Amino acid sequence: MTGMSISELEEMARKCRIEICKMTHRAQAGHPGGSLSEIDILCALYGHRLRARSDDPDWDDRDRFILSKGHASPGMYAVLAEMGFISHADLESYRVKGGVCQGHVDMKWCPGVDFSAGSLGMGLSYGMGCSIAANIDGSKRNAYVMVGDGEIQEGSIWEAAMAAAHHELGNLKLFIDCNGIQNDDFCEAQMRMFDIPAKWNAFGWAVKVIDGHNMSEIVSAIDWMDTVTDKPAVVIGMTVKGKGVSFMENNPAFHGAAPSDEQLAIALSELGVNA
Amino acid sequence: MAATRDGYGEALLALADNPKVVVLEADLGKSTKSLHFRKAHPERTVSCGIGEQNMLLVGAGLASSGYIPFASTFAIFTERAFEQMRNGIARPNLPVHLCGSHGGTHTGTDGSSAQSIEDLAIYRTLPNVVVMHPCDDVSTKELTMQLPGLGKPSYMRTARNKTPVLYEGKESQIKIGKGITLIEGNDVAIIACGVLVHEAMEAAKALQSEGISATVVDMHTIKPLDTELLDSLSQKCGAIVTAEDHSIIGGLGGAVAEHIVTKHPVPMEKIGVHDRFGESAGSEEMLEMMGLKSHHISDAVKKVIARKA
Repeated sequence: MTGMSISELEEMARKCRIEICKMTHRAQAGHPGGSLSEIDILCALYGHRLRARSDDPDWDDRDRFILSKGHASPGMYAVLAEMGFISHADLESYRVKGGVCQGHVDMKWCPGVDFSAGSLGMGLSYGMGCSIAANIDGSKRNAYVMVGDGEIQEGSIWEAAMAAAHHELGNLKLFIDCNGIQNDDFCEAQMRMFDIPAKWNAFGWAVKVIDGHNMSEIVSAIDWMDTVTDKPAVVIGMTVKGKGVSFMENNPAFHGAAPSDEQLAIALSELGVNA
Repeated sequence: MAATRDGYGEALLALADNPKVVVLEADLGKSTKSLHFRKAHPERTVSCGIGEQNMLLVGAGLASSGYIPFASTFAIFTERAFEQMRNGIARPNLPVHLCGSHGGTHTGTDGSSAQSIEDLAIYRTLPNVVVMHPCDDVSTKELTMQLPGLGKPSYMRTARNKTPVLYEGKESQIKIGKGITLIEGNDVAIIACGVLVHEAMEAAKALQSEGISATVVDMHTIKPLDTELLDSLSQKCGAIVTAEDHSIIGGLGGAVAEHIVTKHPVPMEKIGVHDRFGESAGSEEMLEMMGLKSHHISDAVKKVIARKA
C-alpha cells in the first residue's frame, strides 16, 4: 500500500487514536499509552510503504511487520482495521473470549499479524529470521520491527542487533518508539539507557533520529530506510507516551490502565469526536 | 560404537537436498556436528554467535517464512532460551527443530555446568513440542530425517560420548512416537531412553540368568509418549522400571508414571539422577556415581517385582 498523503495519514492516526481509547475503555484493561505513542509511525508504515494485501494476509512475498512491543496491540488492531485486514466490529473483540484481538498481538488469531508477541525482546530476532528467509528466497521484501525504548533493556535485543549487523541485513528495518516510560516508571528512573543512537551506531546499524509524531518526518525516514541496503537500519522515533490525550500524555499511570467513562469522554472530545 | 551427535550431523547433511532445510549455529557446530552441513551449504547456515536466545527466534522467523530450521547447541545452553522456545516457537507452533547435545551426566569431565539433567522435563511441559532422546547414532539419524515431515517444533537430546550401535539395517523400525521393544519378557518392563537403553539391555541379560524375564523398551520419544505400548506392558508384565540419564523429576520416569496411574497402575521404580547435580568424572564413573548402571537397574527390577501383589 502506498500513496496516502500526509494529511490522509494524519487523519488515519486520529481515527486510530479514537479506537485505542474506545478499545481499552471497553475492555477496562490494556495499554493505551504505548499505543498512542506508536500510532503515527504505524500509520505511516502501513499507509505509505508496507507491501501487504488485506485480502490475502498470508501472501508469501509480503513485507513483514512485527510489533515486538506486543502489549501495545490496540494501536496495531486499529491500523489493521483501517487497512481492511479486520473489521471495525472486530475491534470490539479486544481481550474478549474468542476474539481475534487477543490481549497481545497473536498471529494465530488475527489476520495481518506476523508474530505472536507479548514477551519483550523477541521481535527483532524473529524479524532477522524473516529477513534471512527473504534473502535465501531472492526476494526484495523487507522485515519491519517495532520495539519500545524500555524493551531494549532486554539482553536478547543486543544479541539480535549484533547478529543482524554481522549478516549485513539491509532488508531488516527497526523502529524504536522512544516514549521514555516503561511499566513501573520513567525509563530514566528504572534503567538509564544513555545515548541510544550511539549504541545502535556502535553495533553497526544505520541510524536516524526523528520526531515520531511528525508525519512528514516519519514518511521521509521510511523512505530513507529504503536507501539503506548494506546494513540494518533503525529509525528512533522520539515520542510522547499517551500522545493526543492530555491526561495520558507523559503519564506513567497510563502505560497499562484503561480510561474511565468520564476520561473516555474527555479523550474523545480532545480527539475531535463530537458529543 | 558411535555418538548420537554424529547421527544428527549425518542426518542434516542428508536432509540438505530439501532446499527449505536451514541450519542455525551458536558457536558449537563442531560439537553438535552441524559443521558438516555448514561446510557443504554455507548459504543455508546462519551463525548466531554465542547467542542462543536470538538463535531460536531467528529460527522462528525462518519457519514462519516456509523454512525448516535446525538449531543446535549444548542441551544445557538451550535452556537459557527456554522462554523463546515457549513463547516464540511452541505457542505459534512453528516447526523449529532444536537439538541439545552433550545431555546428561554421561557428558562427563566438563562437570555439572555442562550436564543437563532437566532438559527433557522442561521441554515436555510445552504444548506442541515433540521431545526425543535416542540411544544410538542410527536412530538419531533416522528420527532427525523424519523431522521435516513433522510440521511442529521438536527438541532432541543427543549425547557427547559414544554408545553401541543397535539399529544398523533396522531403520524401518524407527518412528517418532513409537517405542521399540528390544527384548521381550513377562516379569517386568524396563522403559529406557538414551544411554541407559544399553544399560537396560545388559540388566535384562543378567536378570535372565537369575530366572527373571524382562522386557526392554527404547522409548526414544518422551512426548508424545507411546501410551498404547505402555498400557499393554503394564497389563502383561505388571511392573515397570524406567531408566534415564536425567533427573527422576519430570523426565521419562515422570511421564510414564503420570500415564500409568490413570490407566493400569502397577508398581514402578525410577532409575535416574536423584535430585542432585553431577561433577567432573568419566562417563562410566558418572553413571556409577548417579546410580544409573545396569546393576542399579537390576536391583530396581528385583525391588519392583517384590512389590507385585
